[in-house]
Amino acid sequence: MSKQSILTAIRRGLKRGPLPEHQAVMLQRRMTEHPRHLIPARSRLPHAQQVDLFVRNVEKEFGSVARVADMEAVPGAVADYLAAQNLPGSLIMAPHPELRAIPWSTRPLLEIRQGRAEATDAVSIQHAFAGIAETGTLMLPSSPQRPVTLNLLADTEIAVLRASAIVGAYEEAWDKLRAEIGAMPRNVMLITGPSRSADIEQTLELGAHGPRRLHVVLVEDAA
Amino acid sequence: MHIATSQAFKKNAHDALGNAGLQKALARSGPSFIARRAAAVAALPEFEELRNTARDIKNHALANLDFYLEAYEAKVLESGGKVHWCADAGEARAVVLAICQAANARTVTKGKSMIGEEIAINDHLEENGIQPIETDLGEYIIQLRHELPSHIIAPAFHLNMDDWESAFRKAHTDLPADRTFHERRDVLIEARTKLRSKFLAADVGITGANFLIAETGSSIIVTNEGNGDLTQTLPRVHIVLASIEKCVPTLEDATSLLRVLARSATGQDFSVYTTFSTGARRPGDLDGPEEYHVVLIDNGRSAMLGTEFQDMLRCIRCAACMNHCPVYGAVGGHAYGWVYPGPMGSVLTPGLIGVDKAGHLPNASTFCGKCESVCPVKIPLPGLMRHWREREFERHLTPGAMRTNMGLWAFVARRPWLYRLATRVSSGALGWLGRKKGRFTSLPLVGGWTDGRDLPAPEGDTFFARYARAGRGR
Repeated sequence: MSKQSILTAIRRGLKRGPLPEHQAVMLQRRMTEHPRHLIPARSRLPHAQQVDLFVRNVEKEFGSVARVADMEAVPGAVADYLAAQNLPGSLIMAPHPELRAIPWSTRPLLEIRQGRAEATDAVSIQHAFAGIAETGTLMLPSSPQRPVTLNLLADTEIAVLRASAIVGAYEEAWDKLRAEIGAMPRNVMLITGPSRSADIEQTLELGAHGPRRLHVVLVEDAA
Repeated sequence: MHIATSQAFKKNAHDALGNAGLQKALARSGPSFIARRAAAVAALPEFEELRNTARDIKNHALANLDFYLEAYEAKVLESGGKVHWCADAGEARAVVLAICQAANARTVTKGKSMIGEEIAINDHLEENGIQPIETDLGEYIIQLRHELPSHIIAPAFHLNMDDWESAFRKAHTDLPADRTFHERRDVLIEARTKLRSKFLAADVGITGANFLIAETGSSIIVTNEGNGDLTQTLPRVHIVLASIEKCVPTLEDATSLLRVLARSATGQDFSVYTTFSTGARRPGDLDGPEEYHVVLIDNGRSAMLGTEFQDMLRCIRCAACMNHCPVYGAVGGHAYGWVYPGPMGSVLTPGLIGVDKAGHLPNASTFCGKCESVCPVKIPLPGLMRHWREREFERHLTPGAMRTNMGLWAFVARRPWLYRLATRVSSGALGWLGRKKGRFTSLPLVGGWTDGRDLPAPEGDTFFARYARAGRGR
């Protein structure tokens, strides 16, 4: 292992030995307090306008949004979206309590399996932990209730997001994650629009390796 | 290791200028990168201030790098991962191979990683019977063509549709030979289908890292395709390749850097997938890798600390410098002869493979300063190239004729009366000689200039003479 030799080489370059105790304590405190830097003004808005900004940004990045009044309206919104896109009604859903509590039986044509996604799944339904208005970004921390494969393997990902979970800036989403989840989850994806590539002649094409459609069902619970 | 051809930069550049396909690609793609960045920057009034913030964060992290790396390692261990410290490319290759062998790996999928190119990990795995598969679309075709990337965020920058079609026809012989490639979408779908089965079959996934976070022990990758995420989610083992200068203190620090990264790179406000990975699969998780390894690589970085090149370690690999560089725009990335092209490569490459092998690169600059003006972490790239030129001169690596002429020029320049006399005589003579055409198409001793373009004839007067005549700057 070259750990010691690398650390020694770094300190030689910085022309000092290991940091003195008081400096190490200061840096430790900087990590614990994790101060924010400049946050752009664009997301410093009343909450209702943050929600609108989030929607505009998702659409700007080639995603789509359906706004519904409550959780009861989600199955209808999902069924309508699938019909409009000419997609099958067979879904793989995150085993998240908020999604499981939705009255899916009101739409009996939807055939729902719960768990992680497999390569054969065409449409996934994911639970979004937060929405970030600044750039129209979804925050999806992994957990047994929120498998990562749901964000990647299906051609179409539908994310259910409560309007009350929309924040302005990334920093506010991190604080929400620290407060509600605590330690860093194994995987946190920040997703902004559907998968794309510009590797062929630097020209944008949607649907590279991840979902080619990203649809957000936004539940207006914030009032 | 890739054999560096940086020593042959002049020949490479000459060949590049005559390469019609490359010139077509450069003419098409160069301007769009510039326009997209400009639009993204214009849409964020705080961008300039954020560049200062980004610079300060990286400077703070570098000044305390030993502390933050140890803090980072502790967090990785806490979350069930492992950190392998590697002093050079050889150690890193050996560690990666050992992890793959312990996993009985036959195939390995890879997300795009420049440090992976730097340590030539693919060659090493192949030599040992393990098949690496690049999954970023651009890297995939580069691998099929056995090339180096020509751009650090757009590896296939130099290719056109007909190159894609011929590479795919040659590689995917199991598909019908009469299939058509009408549009880019056909290429994309074929690659997606081909690679999907590779993702599912791979035993190990290797990604790079845009940042490491000391606060949480996380590695970050930023992609638009989602290939990096499939690479690090589906196989049983995830290996992260990261150089030591990627480490920043907190999520807030990384967030501020991310705000300038995508805007500077592709002109997006944010990349599609920005993913934070922290350790191995947790109890109850339904997916994710069972092993998480970070291969932490020095390979010449610590030797840059405390030198004038320390600023280069702030680089976040956005490629804005090469996108705005007139030299890169004329010759493309391969002419630079190694892994890192453009202005950042001209500073980094001599530091990593030696100024004796890469001395041409810091000379391949007009010093127009555009690279520094767009750099999101404000690296003084022209100044650093100038430092390399000085080092090259000190080590007597510059050609004899150039040294003699520079010596002569210095002798004259240190004696103002002689300098004025010499400029008066030569501008008078050249002005008289060139009075008809107003330019010279060839001139003795300056063939290096006149071979490529005309030298405008002086108007017969020196600056000093005009200055005196005009009444000393009135």
